Amino acid sequence: MTEAGPLETALRRRRAEGAKLLVPYVTGGLGQDWPAVIEAVVAAGADAVEVGIPFSDPVMDGPVIQQASARALAGGTTPGAIIDTLGRLRPGAPTAVMTYYNLIFRGGHRRMASLLADAGVAGAILPDLPLDESEDWTAAADHFGVETVMLAAPTTTDTRLAAICERSRGFVYGVGLMGVTGQRAALAASASIMAKRLKAVTDKPVLIGVGISTPDQAVEACLEADGVVVGSALIRRLLDGGGPEGAAELVAEFRAALDAG
Amino acid sequence: MAAVMGEPGPQGRFGDFGGRYVPESLVEACDELDREFRSAWADPEFREEYERILADFAGRPTPVTECARLSEELGVRVLLKREDLAHTGSHKINNVVGQALLTRRMGKHRVIAETGAGQHGVATATAAALFGLECVVYMGEVDVERQALNVFRMRLLGAEVRPVASGSRTLKDAVNEALREWVATVETTHYCLGSVMGPHPFPWMVRELQRVVGTEANEQCRRLLDGGHPDVVVACVGGGSNAAGIFSGFADTDAQLVGVEAAGGAAIGHGVPGVVHGMKSYLLQDEAGQVAEAHSISAGLDYPGVGPEHAHLAATGRARYEPVDDAAVLDAFQLLSRTEGIIPAFESAHAVAWLMREAGRSVPRGSTVLINLSGRGDKDAAQAMDLLGDRL
Ligand SMILES: Cc1ncc(COP(=O)(O)O)c(C=O)c1O
Repeated sequence: MTEAGPLETALRRRRAEGAKLLVPYVTGGLGQDWPAVIEAVVAAGADAVEVGIPFSDPVMDGPVIQQASARALAGGTTPGAIIDTLGRLRPGAPTAVMTYYNLIFRGGHRRMASLLADAGVAGAILPDLPLDESEDWTAAADHFGVETVMLAAPTTTDTRLAAICERSRGFVYGVGLMGVTGQRAALAASASIMAKRLKAVTDKPVLIGVGISTPDQAVEACLEADGVVVGSALIRRLLDGGGPEGAAELVAEFRAALDAG
Repeated sequence: MAAVMGEPGPQGRFGDFGGRYVPESLVEACDELDREFRSAWADPEFREEYERILADFAGRPTPVTECARLSEELGVRVLLKREDLAHTGSHKINNVVGQALLTRRMGKHRVIAETGAGQHGVATATAAALFGLECVVYMGEVDVERQALNVFRMRLLGAEVRPVASGSRTLKDAVNEALREWVATVETTHYCLGSVMGPHPFPWMVRELQRVVGTEANEQCRRLLDGGHPDVVVACVGGGSNAAGIFSGFADTDAQLVGVEAAGGAAIGHGVPGVVHGMKSYLLQDEAGQVAEAHSISAGLDYPGVGPEHAHLAATGRARYEPVDDAAVLDAFQLLSRTEGIIPAFESAHAVAWLMREAGRSVPRGSTVLINLSGRGDKDAAQAMDLLGDRL
């Protein structure tokens, strides 16, 4: 057994206190005030924050996060600038970057892992790097103490599911539905099934993401899961000009609903 | 050591390139496709049906044409493999017939595809009509405009064409959108990828489905050249499927293999290794790893990446890859039309343009050169009319 890193430790502690875990997603470089957004969502009750490093070709993202990524890139943001800024931020909760593998591959596995570690970033989520291709990265990430969160999908076979949970650090990310990120009218039935399957094979925190758009959906998913990742709903609010206050307001609504059960 | 252009193994590796960099949601579908293709390709009944459709429906074998006037003009002996004469007007039909058969074999009833020039979209729509499959084609808005004829053909064939407005609004973005759609519909839908790119098993599978081009050409050349083979085999490279097809017939000979990239989309010429669209290969990108936009007169070559096996053939030196620019392509487009009575696709005109430049230089006078004429130029007539206009 490897020792749990800061992300997993924090999430386990909160889970042990009886809390459901809430991890909002914020696109790095979106607007001037994105660092303030991170601080605001933590103050509003986020247990950790997923920070997107925008990529030119985000194939796991629907229109909302695509638009946020395009806007951030047009504003001139780079992976280096985002990691730098994260290094100066003390949001009071662990952060994990979410990005696409080419930015890591191009930057160099060891170099990127050490940059993230030096910046105090706890974890990394790479949705286009499946288990079978992950070794070069995870070797570097393990070495520098960056927790690589693996994703599981509704189509993942049982054998793979166990291997994914085994390899995952920080938490296990269960993709709630067959599709890309985006807001949905109702929670997909696949979300609860995904959570139940994961909980049956791992003791690590299990979070469901993709398609969690409302506090009610979060509560429903958390009947099985330990927590949720909320992305597009929050980014929609930011794209509409909500700023840190709007983001905090939305996260507070999710927090209150989850705490009420 | 595996044979040149042999099987890439379970992970789909061509040396350092290839692989399967896809969201977890697609892993099972790629595995299923790998299993189905392996079993189908080893199944004589499947092979027989594939070959029968290519013959009776698609018009194979396509001929090799000896180009008397162009040969005289260039001082080298020019042979053309005539994929422009295949049904739907390009080599793309070879691939889609195989994938449509696989779609049926997997019990799926719907196909999606990306397209640049529209030739792969038209071919997919054609196979979908033949097999009674539902068909949706993603195409960048820029390409919808410059390849309007093919958009109409796809609709006429019963396919839905969805214009893509994100990014550079060309082939790269059409692939992104098709991948996103596939993640959501993978249980009922096959992604009929149009070139030797994407996650394993596509680069290998599409090459195998295009191998017929090389196998035929090898035999035809042996007949024409007293049992010999050409000195040089040349093909244009977008993703690289027509080149992979013809190269596969000559990889085990000592013929030089040359891939011709669009100067504004020269992934091998100007790119560095990267990972996008499920594969590790050469890629046009900035220092941070953001994918660059390609720029080419030819929608089919307007792509910042390249199939991983070409990256490997380049790295090992078995093939070389050289760029030609838009102006040279327009010249070649006209030269082949006037000297041989064959109007080539802009994509294919890249290969002709390369020979116009290199004949008597890196290709010595008296050499024999086989060009894969991957498609016909009707689709490009409107764009050429705008570009050439009064100059004709
Ligand atoms: C006639 C023709 N040739 C070549 C290509 C490029 O594809 P590939 O490199 O896969 O052969 C296209 C693609 O649209 C095409 O239509």
